[in-house]
Amino acid sequence: MAMLKIENLQVYYGFINAIKGVSFEVNEGEIIALIGANGAGKTTILHTVTGLITPKSGKIEFEGINLVKTPAHKIVSLGMSHVPEGRRIFQQLSVYDNLRLGAFTLTDKKQIEKNFEYVYHHFPVLAERKKQIAGTLSGGEQQMLAMGRALMTNPKMLLMDEPSMGLSPIFVNEIFHIIGEVSRDGTTVLLVEQNAKKALSIADRAYVLEAGRISLEGKASDLINDENVKKAYLGE
Amino acid sequence: MITLIDGLSLGSIYALIALGYTMVYGIAKMLNFAHGDIIMVGAYAIYVAMSFANPNPVIALISSIIVCTLLGVFVEKFAYKPLRGASPLAVLITAIGVSYFLQSVAQIVFGSQPKPVSGWKLPKIEFLNQFGITTGAVVTLIAGILIMVALTLFINITRTGSAMLAVSEDKGAAKLMGINVNKIITITFAIGSALASFASMFYLLQIPNAEPTLGAMPGIKAFTAAVIGGIGSIPGAMLGGMVLGVIEKICLSIEVISPYTTAIEFSLLILILLVKPTGFLGRTTKEKV
Repeated sequence: MAMLKIENLQVYYGFINAIKGVSFEVNEGEIIALIGANGAGKTTILHTVTGLITPKSGKIEFEGINLVKTPAHKIVSLGMSHVPEGRRIFQQLSVYDNLRLGAFTLTDKKQIEKNFEYVYHHFPVLAERKKQIAGTLSGGEQQMLAMGRALMTNPKMLLMDEPSMGLSPIFVNEIFHIIGEVSRDGTTVLLVEQNAKKALSIADRAYVLEAGRISLEGKASDLINDENVKKAYLGE
Repeated sequence: MITLIDGLSLGSIYALIALGYTMVYGIAKMLNFAHGDIIMVGAYAIYVAMSFANPNPVIALISSIIVCTLLGVFVEKFAYKPLRGASPLAVLITAIGVSYFLQSVAQIVFGSQPKPVSGWKLPKIEFLNQFGITTGAVVTLIAGILIMVALTLFINITRTGSAMLAVSEDKGAAKLMGINVNKIITITFAIGSALASFASMFYLLQIPNAEPTLGAMPGIKAFTAAVIGGIGSIPGAMLGGMVLGVIEKICLSIEVISPYTTAIEFSLLILILLVKPTGFLGRTTKEKV
């Protein structure tokens, strides 16, 4: 059964039609990659799903709940966390405060404590740097913090927007390794990436987005061998 | 010494008002130029409460806090909220419009003549008076500091406080955390306006007259204080207020320069904007990419 179901989504920025009727599904337990060039509309789709942008038309359903009508701040309590593009951690606050804000919607102290342990287990560096001001972390550590912050609610689904952006290959590998771990722990992942090779290597299925439309979809293992995908996105 | 205490006392009034400016700026990214007029409304609330038979200063203060808080929330809801996402200039013009609107309403209701607030006095404390220090100055200073400590604790300890810090840094990211940004903005206006009502109480201890333009000068000076301290920064507003208050009292105590006091204060604003536009404690982002 589809956990997240998007049907015929249309998004406009003023008069510009950014998303032209996109439909796709994410099933429970899957890692789904949404790949495509700069400006194809990947980030717009994620922002629309978590309510930062209102679509012109179309349906977004998460476990049967209509997300189009749900205000952005209520979506995280439904079990969906979004790691935004460019990380957008709270630069002025400490690592600990950032993580604590990640659990803003939770009130059960024990649950919060458990989630802290979970995050520190996957990102030991965050435990070491608890008191450090987040803005002084390295890019890779900031990405880890952004991910850790999103995991503080123990979400059913994690949306990740360009986690590899601006990171050194070592950190990219590390981040993707952790995405794999989180997925094995039972979290469904929707991954938006420009680094198509990396994304396809970890995903179950993928959708290729081109100028606001889905041009190709299928199993990640098939797409990685597709001639067109190879040429356009894998640089082969 | 006396000048210093008077200065710090005046400074804590400026600081309380400056906090309203700086918090609203930090969170809603707008300059609420109607903030000074909230003080004026607070002063009239005290005036009205004190002109009943058997006036009670405590009730007067409480009613002033309630009136100011509600007014702040009202103004935000009806004047600023519809403009969320509009250009900053549109919001600024609206704020100035609200300021004139409040002044005009006060003038229609109460007239343009100053209304003396009777019975708004503190008992004299002989021990202090023999040094030339007024009770009002001491009470203002102590209460001002207590309020600021309470506010700092509120922001750094409570869940709402941390949500305010998050919203001030990144509204979008705050929403993704599940924070209701509109609610936080409303709370910010409420707190800023409540602080303004304390400012009106302290102001009336110094000059016990309520008039429609009462809030204009303290408002603009507190704005200066907020910029000097670094707009958006809470400790900055406190520091800026204190510095400006002390400078004002020092200038006033020196006969030759006392007529130029206001000019000196605003020149300081220009100087700060030229030399260190972020103010004393303004944000210098430490960012590593």
